[in-house]
Amino acid sequence: MFKRILLSWTPRYTLLALVGLFTTFPFLWTLSTALGDSGNIYAFPPQLLPSDPTLAHLDEARRAIPLDRFFWNSVWIAGWTVIGTLLISSLAGYALAVMKFRGSKWVFLAVLTTLILPSELNFIVNFITVTQMKLTNTHAGVVLPLLANAFGIFLLKQAFEEIPAEILDAARIDGASEWQLFLRVALPLATPSLAALGIFTLVATWNAYIWPAVVLQSPDEFPLAVGVLYLSGTFAAKTRVVAAGTVLTILPVLLLFLLAQRYFMRGLDGAVK
Amino acid sequence: MDKNALLRDARAYLFLAPALIVLFLFSFWPVGLGALLAFTKVDIFNLTASQWVGLENFRNLFDDPVFIGSIRNTLLYLLVVPLIQVAALALAVLVNSQLPAIRLFRTAFFVPVVTSVSVVGIMWGWMYNEDGMLNQALAWLRLIDAPVGWLSDERFALFSVMFVTFWRGLGYYMVLYLAGLQAMPQEVEEAALLDGANRWQRFWRITVPMLRPTILLCTLLSTLAAMKAFEEVVVMTGGGPIGSTYTLAFYAYDMGFRAFDFSRALAASLVVSLIGFVLAWFNFRFFRPDAR
Repeated sequence: MFKRILLSWTPRYTLLALVGLFTTFPFLWTLSTALGDSGNIYAFPPQLLPSDPTLAHLDEARRAIPLDRFFWNSVWIAGWTVIGTLLISSLAGYALAVMKFRGSKWVFLAVLTTLILPSELNFIVNFITVTQMKLTNTHAGVVLPLLANAFGIFLLKQAFEEIPAEILDAARIDGASEWQLFLRVALPLATPSLAALGIFTLVATWNAYIWPAVVLQSPDEFPLAVGVLYLSGTFAAKTRVVAAGTVLTILPVLLLFLLAQRYFMRGLDGAVK
Repeated sequence: MDKNALLRDARAYLFLAPALIVLFLFSFWPVGLGALLAFTKVDIFNLTASQWVGLENFRNLFDDPVFIGSIRNTLLYLLVVPLIQVAALALAVLVNSQLPAIRLFRTAFFVPVVTSVSVVGIMWGWMYNEDGMLNQALAWLRLIDAPVGWLSDERFALFSVMFVTFWRGLGYYMVLYLAGLQAMPQEVEEAALLDGANRWQRFWRITVPMLRPTILLCTLLSTLAAMKAFEEVVVMTGGGPIGSTYTLAFYAYDMGFRAFDFSRALAASLVVSLIGFVLAWFNFRFFRPDAR
């Protein structure tokens, strides 16, 4: 019996392992290149477990370019984007879900319209707008256009709609103002959706390359995703050093994703619907 | 008009104001302004000084062989769509089980999706290197005699970049299909099983028809993504070698941020948006749940 189960599983696991190797091989190779110290990096078959692991290349990468500074730039940009997105989306989502006002249908339709606007190339005009606002080469210029999107607003609108009307009515009868209702009652009850939107936004912002690369010109302001390409452009010959910088770029967001996978997937679900 | 209603409306719009301002400024405004500026000679530091030039930007566009090449490349890029959809659906079926450690595999398949495109570009640059692992593996399998210049040979570069798009997107669509599969009622499949339908029949007669909405959605998303693909080009080839990897969206980006010719960049992006719209419509007609 046991043997039969094992036999029926073998082809499936082989297939799964092969696909897994396909999707993760570039990462494994980069990691082993970053940690390894001797030998030809292009040896075949590759030595995925370096025999003499070292952190020396990481040190060298940090000395070659301001990786620490890039890291904190990433933290700032991603941090402000997440905080701003959560605040703006929850305010708007709350208004659309709970408050009754004239024109609510039109507002809803306007937000919905942004989903079908040809938006992928907005960054060209947005760059012009940011230039007009004199925000090029600033983190504010990177963050500002990202702060409101239909997906975040709808995700939180849905979360607020799920709050039973009785709870809100009870708080109203107790004399809570709309603002208190939002802050004390609605927001805490929407925590899972806030977490989902937060994690999703964080990963997306941390990884964003084109927009920050367009807005920021001085390397001092670069986030990691931009800085790492700058590193590989400057030190192309030192593959192990570039690999170390690459590992440093991926690691925080990968760890975060692994820890908060559940929330991330919820966010992804919301993004699609 | 009673005062309470006015107060109520004002309060709601106060809540909505930040979102509406940002959406207007960075979602609506760019579409309108972009469409307008595409017909002018843009002065990005003083927009009011932009000169109306009618269709000149578009004429320049279609006179440029690089632009014509990028149309061809973008059409080729659409080949990614069927490949990635079939692979992702197959993968979703494969991981839609309760096997031990299946979550681990799902995560492994998804990791490329949460990786920055700049990192992806660097890593695949190494994979595609003359001495890189791809050439080494193929040589080891005796499939090639001499190293192939995956990114440096203009015959292969575009396909190499497309392959990276495939690699990056596979896990994303897998997760969407997996959600679709898990939302399917079990009873139908069980009934078919009792009726003696084999796995193949169950897949084609039950899974695929029931997944139709998900298939439509994913195909639409990936068509639009392929249509607008350019990030991979930016980080891997910069359009080269010999302009062989210019896609439409890359052309627009390149004109704007490398040549600083925003007039032509906007004209090109208007063309991309238009084609994208037509493709989305076509896709919708073709895959609409009630269309047979």
